[in-house]
Amino acid sequence: MLKIITAVIGRDLKLAMRRQADIVSALFFFVIVVSLFPLGVGPEPDLLRKLAPGVLWVAALLATMLSLPRLFADDHRDGTLEQLALAPHPLGLVVTGKVIAHWLVSGLPLALIAPVLGIQFDLSADALLVLTFAILIGTPALSGIGAIGAALTLGLRGGGVLLSLLVLPLYIPVLIFGAGAVDATVTGLGGEGHLSLLAALTFASLGFAPWASAAALKIALE
Amino acid sequence: MKDRFNLYRFASPATFYPFAGTLIPYFVAVSVVFGLAGLWLGMLVAPTDFQQGEGYRIIFIHVPASWMSMFIYLVMAGWAAIGLAFNTRLSGMMAQALAPTGALMAFLSLLTGALWGKPMWGAWWVWDARLTSELILLFLYIGYMALTAAIDDPRRADKAGGLLLLVGVVNIPIIYFSVKWWNTLHQGSSVNLAKSSMATTMLWGMLLMAMCFWMYSIAVALMRVRTIMLERERHTDWVKAELLGKAGEEK
Repeated sequence: MLKIITAVIGRDLKLAMRRQADIVSALFFFVIVVSLFPLGVGPEPDLLRKLAPGVLWVAALLATMLSLPRLFADDHRDGTLEQLALAPHPLGLVVTGKVIAHWLVSGLPLALIAPVLGIQFDLSADALLVLTFAILIGTPALSGIGAIGAALTLGLRGGGVLLSLLVLPLYIPVLIFGAGAVDATVTGLGGEGHLSLLAALTFASLGFAPWASAAALKIALE
Repeated sequence: MKDRFNLYRFASPATFYPFAGTLIPYFVAVSVVFGLAGLWLGMLVAPTDFQQGEGYRIIFIHVPASWMSMFIYLVMAGWAAIGLAFNTRLSGMMAQALAPTGALMAFLSLLTGALWGKPMWGAWWVWDARLTSELILLFLYIGYMALTAAIDDPRRADKAGGLLLLVGVVNIPIIYFSVKWWNTLHQGSSVNLAKSSMATTMLWGMLLMAMCFWMYSIAVALMRVRTIMLERERHTDWVKAELLGKAGEEK
């Protein structure tokens, strides 16, 4: 069981490494969107400090969104996906591997660069730490839930826009608890509660979403 | 065998189409009767609220619309579950037929809420947990309709839409509670709906209006499902017979 997951992760990572421009462009999208906000709302540090968690999280949702359509599309186009569906392993495990690989190339870089962007918004060291940690444990949920949307919109026209229509409302809890954790730290309430809920969302979506995505893929492959 | 009443017989569009046709006038009639009674009770009989004045009367539309918007999503998810489990054709059609009505109800509930909120709270919109979750519900309806509209193959549209509905129904409680906690953590206690003891005439007016909305939704969904059936089954004999029969009547 673990073998098939690691095999899929290894394969997807290798493919991603061959096309590094995709990873980098999603990352820079994140950086640019976050940097646009101070230009829009003004440079007052107090305001920026208040906005930072929400802005960083919304930008993270959008950046994850960008790379989702490619999660299954390339494999679908060259027929790999059908082979994976025919393989003796449950398709849900294959999707689990793909979700983890997607997080490693899209969520993890966001968490790594988030502290730098947080400094731009004049966040305190505590808040930066919580922000990084929240993005680190929250983004797997984004990849998991997003996989359902990616599977449902596989091969449809206007798939990208449709995908955001389907998935963004489902991202709301992650956004609330992710930004809430940083907010609670800044106001001195402590973000542990939010972080625990965020971790719960991540585990729940990693447990259930791959199977829902597998069902959606089977519908798409019929 | 044929004479015995069998529920499964109506799973076939060919038998359900005329059955729905005979039911629609009754639902329309009942809806109109309940609607007139509810409006009469709500607008003319029910006393003026001592706190909110005449403005409160918008609840006779607002509350039934909100109830229906939530209930219809559950019904759609129920149809989706039946459709995915038993692979029936009618289930997907019913879910698709209900979606626009559900979205309309969610929109109506938001619109009347805004119209009520302006004089009562002094704002068209506040980020109250109920308002926010109703808005998200509207987004879920729109997502479902966009997905089914984007898929050309009706069978795949039914199944993919059904799966989305089930995912949505699992997520609704999570979204609702996260929004609720977000709201209480952010701004402390916000506006309260002031649930004072309601006069019995108000309650009756609201229940009658709820019944009216209920019957309206069923009638409209049945009408819509009939057109969906005709569209999808256009290559079959019974649709040809149906349409030719109608054309003959008009002559």
